Amino acid sequence: MLARIGFLAPILVFLAAFFGYPLVANFTMALREYTAASFYTGEAPFVGFANYATVLGDPVFGTALFNTAVFTVASLAFQFGIGLALAVFFQRHFPLNGVLRSMLLIPWLLPLVVSGTVWRWIFDQEYGVLNQTLLGLGLIDAGIPWLSSTAMALPSVTVANIWVGIPFNMVILYGGLQSIPAHLYEAASLDGAGPWQRFRHVTWPLLRPVSAVVLMLGLVYTLKVFDVIMVLTQGGPANATQTLTTWSYSLSFQELDFGLGAAVGNLLIVIALVFALFYLRGLRSSAGAPTRERR
Amino acid sequence: MTSPTTRRAYILRGSSALVAAGLLTLTSACAGGGGSEEVTSLTAMDYNLAEPQNGTTKKMLQQCGEQAGVEINRNALPRDQLMPRLLQGASQQELPDLMLLDNPNLPQIAATGALLPLEEAGFDTEGYYDSVLKVGTHEDTLYGLAAGVNGLALFTDTAKLEEAGVEPPQTWDELRDAAKKLTQGDTNGFAFSAIGHEEGTWTFEPFLWSNGATLTELDSPEAVEALQLWSDMVEEGSVSQSVVNWSQADVNDQFLGGRAAMMINGSWQIPVLDEQDVDYEVVPLPVPEAGADPATPMGGEVWAIARNGEEREQKAVEVLQCLLNEPNMREWAELNAYVPAKEGLAQQVAEENPQMAPFVESVPTARSRTAKLGEQYPDVSSAIADAIQQALAGSGSAEEALSQAQQAVPES
Repeated sequence: MLARIGFLAPILVFLAAFFGYPLVANFTMALREYTAASFYTGEAPFVGFANYATVLGDPVFGTALFNTAVFTVASLAFQFGIGLALAVFFQRHFPLNGVLRSMLLIPWLLPLVVSGTVWRWIFDQEYGVLNQTLLGLGLIDAGIPWLSSTAMALPSVTVANIWVGIPFNMVILYGGLQSIPAHLYEAASLDGAGPWQRFRHVTWPLLRPVSAVVLMLGLVYTLKVFDVIMVLTQGGPANATQTLTTWSYSLSFQELDFGLGAAVGNLLIVIALVFALFYLRGLRSSAGAPTRERR
Repeated sequence: MTSPTTRRAYILRGSSALVAAGLLTLTSACAGGGGSEEVTSLTAMDYNLAEPQNGTTKKMLQQCGEQAGVEINRNALPRDQLMPRLLQGASQQELPDLMLLDNPNLPQIAATGALLPLEEAGFDTEGYYDSVLKVGTHEDTLYGLAAGVNGLALFTDTAKLEEAGVEPPQTWDELRDAAKKLTQGDTNGFAFSAIGHEEGTWTFEPFLWSNGATLTELDSPEAVEALQLWSDMVEEGSVSQSVVNWSQADVNDQFLGGRAAMMINGSWQIPVLDEQDVDYEVVPLPVPEAGADPATPMGGEVWAIARNGEEREQKAVEVLQCLLNEPNMREWAELNAYVPAKEGLAQQVAEENPQMAPFVESVPTARSRTAKLGEQYPDVSSAIADAIQQALAGSGSAEEALSQAQQAVPES
């Protein structure tokens, strides 16, 4: 019994110190008026849910929530869609398959600050490659302010983030495809199924568990994306690319109101938790399904 | 069956040894802090990472430390990490003995009660500009002193202005005209930083203030008029809309690259520009009507001392007095293009270096950004930056943007 506890202790201590404590601290911090002075004096008056009320009443909250939703949904949809298409494409045998596949990994290997800076150049209104190309092709008359108009900034930042996320989706989905037995496709072809039907009735259902994992991980990554936005726009112009993550950072570390920042952070945790619950429920029901089929 | 158990035991023993080692380092770290033995070392923190400030800060701290008989461990951090780091230190009652703070941040640290009142500690404020003392003051007590200060002025590309036959503008109307005429091909007539934080706000403040508006009434017609000027110039194409993403360093790059004929920037860009061999001129910022005072915000960092016990404080005071002595003040100003904090010295600098003259001129009327708002300033600053961006990059009008910003102003 003692040995058992001893064996468990390291992981429990680890979890408590690195997950439990910060979570609890963040939760209690959000209930206090925690400002710059609180750090020194240790006095942070308890204010109940006043921080949440302030945050929810702030016009930026609506903007940030909307931006977070658009950014996350669009990123996930395109990352997954393009990633899946590439994975299916690379399933076929052709020369240089391996080389091309590893080259597509580069965006995933680059530090986000680097890729963010590169995208900043691409999107530059006056001298950016994107505008120069479009101007050269005669598609536009004047440079589009990709990052400096409130209308274009969010789509631009999302595009950069999609680019960053495609390799991850591709690699995991490609792995999932490899585990689908080839004889299923043979059988389907013998039954007269075309490429679309093979995808629809063999690939898609068998890839579902992997897809769920990819989407769930992608959701968590995307909800907390910080570097890309910080490098490209710092949440601006005028909060046009402010997400809950960047807003929490700016409240805490730029306005130095840590109570408010913590409140936003907690809201983000709750949102992620809600999706995690959906995922777990989905996992349980789909885990039951194949067992029954096998019998 | 025995081998896994032994391995387990090893792991356990190993991990407990690690924990013990960790505890030991913790206790020894704690013991190092206090004590009333003679002080042999002090800590200092600043964000002067760029040259030449970095080298100058390092050298001066070392020299002044030697003079006071202490070793100074300097820690230089990126600008945006300094405040969080200081607060982290404050939570363990361990602030660096000497810290160089951006002046609008001073009230926040001062409000914690962690700083040493400098006049009580024996600092003589004779000869300092009043406006310089004001930015180091929180609730009538002086906590911070600057060796040099900086401000904003208009930099003009001499060749481009001559080519277009334009004189450096003095009023808003002239500025708008000049910017329009200077906008040709790849070149924008005018550039400034309108980035979404303090850098953008402080660039806008001279326009706000010189038009008679205040930081507490952002929705006043005077304030709206000032923002309207900026937004009109963007609309007319004399200013690139990208300014909403440009820091002051980016603006300087645009100017250096010949992509902007005029810019608003700080005196600290002078060494950078001189290195690059561009022909430029510096004039005071344009004002709404001829003859009005260009009300620029006071920029620059102030040194502050933490309350770390009498012995340490005493040494820190000695070091700071050395940092602020006249030869050092002069050297700092010369190397980094700052205006010396003492009026007499500043006058000499203006005479020797005409490019510094507009900055020296602006010091007496330069305003403290935090005088009215104190520790509330960051909230309001960020609201103003949002309003600027809204007006320049969004669809909202200057009036709507500023009336939204007004909501961030605390009622008093």
